[in-house]
Amino acid sequence: MSAVPVSGADYGIAMTVQRNGATPPRRAASGRWKDAAFAWLTRLFALMVFSILAAILFSLVMGSTQSLDKYGISFIWRDDWNPVREDFGALVPIYGTLMTSLIAMLIGVPVSFGIALFLTELSPLWLKRPLGTAIELLAGIPSIIYGMWGLFVFVPLFQSHIQPLLIKTLGNVPVLGLLFEGPPLGIGMLTAGVILSIMVIPFITAVMRDVFELVPPLLRESAYALGGTTWEVVWRVVLPYTRIGVIGGIMLGLGRALGETMAVTFVIGNAHRLSASLMQPGNSIASALANEFTEAVGDLYFSSLIELGLILFVITSIVLGLSKLLLMRLSRQEGTRT
Amino acid sequence: MSDISADNPLYRVRKRRNVLMLAVSAVALSFGLFWLVWILATLLYEGGTALLRISLYYQMTPPPGADGGLANAIAGSLLMVGAGTLIGTPIGILAGTYLAEYGRSNWLATGTRFLNDVLLSAPSIVIGLFVYSVYVAQVGHFSGWAGSIALGLLVVPVVVRTTDDMLKLVPDSLREAAAALGCPQWKMVVMVTYRAARAGILTGILLAVARISGETAPLLFTSLNNQFWSLDMNRPMANLPVVIFQFAMSPYEDWQRLAWGGAALITLAVLALNIVARVLFRKAA
Repeated sequence: MSAVPVSGADYGIAMTVQRNGATPPRRAASGRWKDAAFAWLTRLFALMVFSILAAILFSLVMGSTQSLDKYGISFIWRDDWNPVREDFGALVPIYGTLMTSLIAMLIGVPVSFGIALFLTELSPLWLKRPLGTAIELLAGIPSIIYGMWGLFVFVPLFQSHIQPLLIKTLGNVPVLGLLFEGPPLGIGMLTAGVILSIMVIPFITAVMRDVFELVPPLLRESAYALGGTTWEVVWRVVLPYTRIGVIGGIMLGLGRALGETMAVTFVIGNAHRLSASLMQPGNSIASALANEFTEAVGDLYFSSLIELGLILFVITSIVLGLSKLLLMRLSRQEGTRT
Repeated sequence: MSDISADNPLYRVRKRRNVLMLAVSAVALSFGLFWLVWILATLLYEGGTALLRISLYYQMTPPPGADGGLANAIAGSLLMVGAGTLIGTPIGILAGTYLAEYGRSNWLATGTRFLNDVLLSAPSIVIGLFVYSVYVAQVGHFSGWAGSIALGLLVVPVVVRTTDDMLKLVPDSLREAAAALGCPQWKMVVMVTYRAARAGILTGILLAVARISGETAPLLFTSLNNQFWSLDMNRPMANLPVVIFQFAMSPYEDWQRLAWGGAALITLAVLALNIVARVLFRKAA
């Protein structure tokens, strides 16, 4: 073979380079223009998502000016809600929202912890996925289904079996008994709280599972090597290590519970009445909105309802924001440790 | 050796506590599964017969006492979920693209990620209030479009989140290879990273569709309801969740039976979507 490396292929390459060489300036310019346009397009939509929350806040504040003007901050602790006399206060729905969510957390958090513990430490590998998926499917069931099932199936059983039992036992305990007074109606804040607890379980479980998996195997194995039982490893090593994330997960569940509408609307009883007993019907912010908004007449009634929405929005945003901050702190911490 | 033997009382206490706690965790798991099974069984039992009746799918929602189906509600739900997905998906994908490809960790991306996660769990009834005051109150009437916008707003955060996550999973070496070939960035995003993350992004869209299919609260103040067959998106529109709400709360038994049918239909559809999305995701990851 000759030493001169000339072949058809070489020519071909050389020709393409030459042909391209004539056009680059124009192509590069059009490319740069399209690049900038695409980058700005995505930035525009990111900005849009960025400002949705602010827009919601603004529109709710605008919508509730009338009641804000009339009642000011006292709206929060006034317990009247009388559309006929046009007298409104948010205490009853706020109390109902907080109380039902509290009940949901009291039941949901330990159960979620147990499920997460089972899935991360106990479950055989082949069962992990199906069991995890089944729990996550609980989150997939639409909330109206929980409400309907609650009203038609859960409430009658709760009324005839569980509530009389609670009244008979806990109802006689001093102070605590006040919470369990009155006739077993079936519907009420306790029922709403129990159903909410089922709904938040998948959310809290998912976060707990994720953060438990973040624990470095080294840490876990060291604890086992020291002779710790499974429970001791989880309680003394895994849980302290993931504490921030676990709290973040609980806050996420709380945020969900506070804003849940349909499931609560079906079973809470929708009564604007303040009662100490959890067996009595009450109201939550979300269910007051769902029931009354389309039928509200009069500007003040309307703007009071929107202010209720504003209060709910502010509370849930703070809770969810805190949850996100805690989870971010855990993942950042994780990043520096490994 | 004898100190850590089974006879040591401290060891026995620890062991017993361990068994007890693990048993409690198994009970917790069964507690969770118990509700799932109970709810699904109730739905199939109460709604199963209604689902099998063909009239459910072609007759309109009836006045109390008459025979009927849910055809108008099914059509309305399909239309609004479809329109909502079409509104929310492009916004979500483009914003997610900015987060993963352009912003990465500047203030706008960090802030958007944070606010998007808050929006993801924000009460859907507040979204309904928002759309009511910016759209319904301005136009002066409830409409299918208003419902679609509300649903679209619920789609956005889900899609932003998954697009961002999935694009970040695409290895940077792919991007560098495209850049080294002289590919402009927009082409690299559209033709390389989107393609690599296609299944993941699709999963996000499916999950979003599953989420909005069962949403009731944001539709109450936006699309309201309609007793008749109507495909006019500018008028109040029937939809399954609101019809279920109205019929289930009514004292009429035949309405309640239809509500169970609708409830079973919606739940099966949503769970099927969830499962398909999961299978797809497993393939993608």
